[in-house]
Amino acid sequence: MNFETYDPEGFYDELIQKNGCPREFAKILTQRLGDMDDDDLIKRQKAAEAVLLQMGITFTVYGEAQGTERIFPFDIVPRIVEANEWDHIERGLRQRIYALNQFIDDLYHDQKIIKDKIIPEHVIHSGKAFRPECAQLNPPRGIWCHITGLDLVRDGNGEVYVLEDNLRVPSGVSYVLENRAVLKRTFPEVFQAMHVRPVVDYPNKLLETLQFLAPSTLTEPNVVVLTPGMYNSAYYEHSFLAQQMGVQLVEGRDLVVNDGFVYMRTTKGLERVDVIYRRVDDDFIDPKVFRKDSMLGVPGLMDAYRQGHVAMANAPGTGVADDKVVYAYVPEIIKYYLGEDPILPNVPTYLCWDEKDRKYVLEHLNELVVKPANESGGKGMLVGPHSTKAEQDEFAQLIKDSPRNYIAQPTLSLSRVPTLIDDHFEGRHVDLRPYILYGKDIHVIPGGLTRVALEKGSLVVNSSRGGGSKDTWVLQQPNGVQTQSQ
Amino acid sequence: MLSRVADSIYWMGRYIERAENIARFISVNHHLALDMPVEEEEQWEPLVTVTGDIELFKKRYGTPTKQNVIQFLAFDPQYPHSILSCLRAARENARSIRGGLSTEIWHHLNSIYLTVNQVAQQMLNQEVSYNFFDQVQRNSHLFSGLSDDTMSHGEGWQFLRLGRYIERADKTSRMLDVKYFVLLPSAEYVGTPYDNIQWSAVLKSISALEPYRQRYHRISPKQIVEFLVLDREFPRSIYYCLASAEDAIHQITGSMPGTFHSAAERQLGKLKSDLSYTDITDVMRVGIHEFLDEFQEHLNVVGQSIFETFFAVKPVQLETAVV
Repeated sequence: MNFETYDPEGFYDELIQKNGCPREFAKILTQRLGDMDDDDLIKRQKAAEAVLLQMGITFTVYGEAQGTERIFPFDIVPRIVEANEWDHIERGLRQRIYALNQFIDDLYHDQKIIKDKIIPEHVIHSGKAFRPECAQLNPPRGIWCHITGLDLVRDGNGEVYVLEDNLRVPSGVSYVLENRAVLKRTFPEVFQAMHVRPVVDYPNKLLETLQFLAPSTLTEPNVVVLTPGMYNSAYYEHSFLAQQMGVQLVEGRDLVVNDGFVYMRTTKGLERVDVIYRRVDDDFIDPKVFRKDSMLGVPGLMDAYRQGHVAMANAPGTGVADDKVVYAYVPEIIKYYLGEDPILPNVPTYLCWDEKDRKYVLEHLNELVVKPANESGGKGMLVGPHSTKAEQDEFAQLIKDSPRNYIAQPTLSLSRVPTLIDDHFEGRHVDLRPYILYGKDIHVIPGGLTRVALEKGSLVVNSSRGGGSKDTWVLQQPNGVQTQSQ
Repeated sequence: MLSRVADSIYWMGRYIERAENIARFISVNHHLALDMPVEEEEQWEPLVTVTGDIELFKKRYGTPTKQNVIQFLAFDPQYPHSILSCLRAARENARSIRGGLSTEIWHHLNSIYLTVNQVAQQMLNQEVSYNFFDQVQRNSHLFSGLSDDTMSHGEGWQFLRLGRYIERADKTSRMLDVKYFVLLPSAEYVGTPYDNIQWSAVLKSISALEPYRQRYHRISPKQIVEFLVLDREFPRSIYYCLASAEDAIHQITGSMPGTFHSAAERQLGKLKSDLSYTDITDVMRVGIHEFLDEFQEHLNVVGQSIFETFFAVKPVQLETAVV
């Protein structure tokens, strides 16, 4: 199946140049794909899907016949990131996470950034994810955002932007690992020839990050993964990570707080827990402090946490820094704490609470993307150019009713990657979510989750809205040595 | 090990064993029916009787025709003990404790369920292939092999064994009870080839025909009872199941065989010891049905005490902390 008839249609394509020729670093892959006959390639795509189904990486399709399960769609053409570009991205991510961590710590202590008038106080205090309950908290080692996933996009001009910061409980890393496992089976020979950097070490790095949070007196700290339970849409990932790290996967009902310490209920009595990788939102972790009706949490957990008897990743309260209104200030945040210019730019953002910005947004709804400040998964979003007049009117009203809760950005011309559609390749828009671990140092997984909007022309990559995923290949430096940048 | 996880593993073991047994009962009965001259309903009703859910069946399906019985026992998604429901439950249990299972076991369970679910969907418009029931049994055996060879033989594995053997003891006793009840009064067949065929089918239903032949050679109801209840070496005899379950429980608690520190160890130990010193004459004197009925009652007590000892969520004050 070749690329002779493949047309980038004027978009930035990650593998193919504007003139239709493959990019230099993608040639081995495109040649190999070109050598394969159509049936073989389609067969490999089907085989990859069958493996994912057997692995149980599925979600239930509601409203269809009982027991119907689907895999999260996967496309076998990978996205490739060349080594030098990745070094640049990696440096940018480290810088951003390092600054955001200082920012969160400052917000829950002296709030210097507010006193110095870099961010208006009302922006922070009106944010849904700002937790006054976390004031004066001192998380172990001063780290708040241990496990994060930032969404990157590339615009038509080739520039990579940060689109969103996900600092609460970002999911998807299990797909990165499973996609890789599947693609290594699918194209072993291409792998070998292209020198793709491995991602398989992630669970190990994650465990190290978590163990780093326990008091250093403990040689074998007891680490657990806290899940809302098997009906959560990311449950597969929770169980996968626990299994890969060799630690217990617990639910709120398995844990109990006794005399300020956290224990799990075992067949032999109570056993102490030192570190919790919680995949439960702040709202639900402790009904005594946050939502009283939560059945998923552990009463007394925050109290044990405050006393330093248990560590939690991520720390409660980190969500304040992925509020999309706060996002607009991140370049200033980086300058304020680090005295550096941001390496990775933000997408220009209009803040609807600001009268001037709001006026602009309301006049240009048909061109902009409007997002609520505190939602994830592409919920409650307006993509201006693809919207109807009625939808625009509805959003105009929403914005007027609660301006603080909305931001707007220009509609980007997201880059594309060739994707197998029936029996040929077509370009589809993608983003990239790399995962970052902040423990002893800041570690970025080489690659991340490339999400792809499978519907023709669509810019929405979320799995809940017709998105799929691709493997992401970050190439080794030609001399085989990775730059160690801080 | 987390109590919730132990509970799920135990039930995963029971559900898979249950599915295997139902598959074998159906398969054997199908082959038996081909050899028998009688009305088909008489052939298929006992299979439902074994489950103890005959009332439910009659309410939902009416007459126990072959097709109704197979639909009910194998593919009915609403009946919680159908093969489909058991394997779904086993897989849901496995999913809830995914972190505690080997990848091999998870992939296997997931594939079994997907296959069975697919067959169940197709069943709506055609007759099932009997290979299907062989496949369910083979998959259950494969599951045993995978758990033996890919899981650490620690607490989790012992709970899995405990679940399987308790379930197996239950199914062997129920099958024997129902079949003995049905077969004994059929004096018309005594001495005819059908007598042998029927009793052989009982043995086959418990995978016991060949081992029985080697041990006793000739088919005799009394010796069949002796073999299925008391044999020390056959892995589906009631005695063997209880002895294995007892071993598993002592591996879990760490207490010496013959001693107890919990209700579960005490109830199971009592039941097994009793059987250790029972011979076939004792069983016949009490009466097969009465004997098995009483056994079932005791086994229920054992199940309840396993729940209370290991799985029930107890108030915090009663537990001592292990730090």
